[in-house]
Amino acid sequence: MADITLQNVNKSFGAGIPLAVNDLTLNIRDGEFLVLLGPSGCGKTTTLRMIAGLERQTSGDICIGDRVVNNLRPGDRDIAFVFQFYALYPHLSVRDNIGFPLKAQNLPAAEVNRRVENVAERLRITHLLKSTPGRLPGGEQQRVALGRAMVRQPQVFLMDEPLTNLDASLRADMRVELKHLQHDLATTMVYVTHDQVEAMSMSHRIAVMNNGLLQQVDTPLNIYRHPQTLFVGTFIGSPPMNIVSGKIMGLRFVSDDGSFWIDLPPAAQKYATHNLQTYFGVRAEDLTLHERSAAVKGIPGVIRIREPLGDETIYIVDAEGQTLTIKTPPRLRFKPGDNVNITVNHQAIHLFDKTSEKALLPERWSDV
Amino acid sequence: MRIAKQAGFYVMLGVVLIFFTFPLYWIVASSFKDRSDVISITPKIIPFLEFTPTTDNYRDIFFRAETATGQGSTVTASADISAFRDRLLNSILITGASTALAVFFGTLAAYAVSRFSIPLESDFMFFVLSTRMLPPIVVLIPVFVLFSDLGLRDSYLGLILLYTSFNLPFVVWIMKGFFDEIPSEYEEAAMIDGYSRFQAIYKIVIPEAIPAMAATAVFSIIVSWNEFVLANFLNRDSASTVPPYLNSIIGVGAVEWGRLAAAAVVFVLPVVIFTFLVRNHLLRGVTFGAVRR
Repeated sequence: MADITLQNVNKSFGAGIPLAVNDLTLNIRDGEFLVLLGPSGCGKTTTLRMIAGLERQTSGDICIGDRVVNNLRPGDRDIAFVFQFYALYPHLSVRDNIGFPLKAQNLPAAEVNRRVENVAERLRITHLLKSTPGRLPGGEQQRVALGRAMVRQPQVFLMDEPLTNLDASLRADMRVELKHLQHDLATTMVYVTHDQVEAMSMSHRIAVMNNGLLQQVDTPLNIYRHPQTLFVGTFIGSPPMNIVSGKIMGLRFVSDDGSFWIDLPPAAQKYATHNLQTYFGVRAEDLTLHERSAAVKGIPGVIRIREPLGDETIYIVDAEGQTLTIKTPPRLRFKPGDNVNITVNHQAIHLFDKTSEKALLPERWSDV
Repeated sequence: MRIAKQAGFYVMLGVVLIFFTFPLYWIVASSFKDRSDVISITPKIIPFLEFTPTTDNYRDIFFRAETATGQGSTVTASADISAFRDRLLNSILITGASTALAVFFGTLAAYAVSRFSIPLESDFMFFVLSTRMLPPIVVLIPVFVLFSDLGLRDSYLGLILLYTSFNLPFVVWIMKGFFDEIPSEYEEAAMIDGYSRFQAIYKIVIPEAIPAMAATAVFSIIVSWNEFVLANFLNRDSASTVPPYLNSIIGVGAVEWGRLAAAAVVFVLPVVIFTFLVRNHLLRGVTFGAVRR
């Protein structure tokens, strides 16, 4: 059990190349399931490898528990790492694979066997102990890799996209199982993924990274509801958040070409006089479609594409020179070519400064 | 039509087979013939029918002490025939040592090049390869002078050094390709599991690399074992190897074909046996890239 602290950590892979990790400060709490989320190349795996000691940070400090681990070898950091490709030793049996970390500690054979069998039982792979890992299907290789990580009862689990190589249904099962496992063991877990579903469904908190920069650390729902940067807003959520480029004029957002506009909530009052260049953002489910009528005030639009997904229907709508994606209940009320009016849930409007790309509206303003 | 095609295929196959195996058969058969059979104008091909097999030639090359060929013949061999045993031991020793050294150091070098970023890596690898771009005979004279000065002529060490350095580039290149295919996660996993990098190499990487090491070892053995030019000019006496010996017993005036064939058969056997022993590894070793990802 331990918390992990990264203090002003930088990682450079050479002069002239942008920093892989840029001034990262992050505290991961004891017993927490933290997901590092971001697109490939965002620095999330590098961060994980620095915590593991597989990469050395260029500057900054990493602490696990109350130890600064900067100069410790991976084997001395009391961590376990699960690789994307499992990295099971092909020439060793499953039993020897799981027992491998214990043999490094020179434990007596009986103790090694006892602990290997405990872990195998827990992961329901006792019947596989004699086989070699190369022949096992992906899901079982995954379990063996987990077993090898669990058997030494480390202070921290580090996982690098461990579910990426599984097929979809197995992945869903393993998500649930991993979450339970982490809950039962109550061991700090840092989990790297580019899959937002994994991040949202499993974690206590998500740390979103992009281009080596930490964007936001928060609970899954807060990340979704209150993105602090344009990147977080657009990266999280499917379909992605609708973004319109424009500026604030008075208490109104107006698109660059002036044809699309929308009244802003009072929370935006302090920007009213600045003519601030902004991005306007709203999620697909916070827009509502109405049949065109004088009774409903809204943005006029024309349905372009209809995507029935079964549990919901996605409409892509041309509205005053902008293309909006709108999520509706699964009924097929409209068809392409229909004239509609679009209303916006004002509680769910996002505004991002154009230069800093940071959120303008105060966090949780809509909850108040 | 199909049958004709198939028949054609097997006829071709038979021709190719005979083309490659008959010389081998001829050597083996000759090694069991006595003097009159081996030089007979009508070729004697089938044992027991056309000639009576004898092991005299083998006995001669291993156990006979005198240099003359006997039977009132005027032929004298230019080398001591019975030296074959010593030559064979020399060959085994020099080939074994140089192969072991080349595979050992080549594997370490290949691992380092594969896993760590080395300045001018591709130039280094090209330099390593370039040492194989000239035939050994080109360096014979400088090496001869060098070895004379260093006292390495007629020594095991001299040829071992030469063969090792000659095989190293090959080992480095093949093993680097192989290590590139082994995901570095294996060692990283072992290092996280509490082992040092050397332990990780020893416990995880080497067991994985054994097929490739076996394959490179076979090729190194063949090169060292068959090397003639350097061996012939540098080691003339006590540390001489089999290839120059085979040349020397051809003799003057007449050729001792039977003994020559017997020596050739014995000379070929160790390579055949070793290749046979590692054949499974060899198959995996030459199909690089078969590592599971």
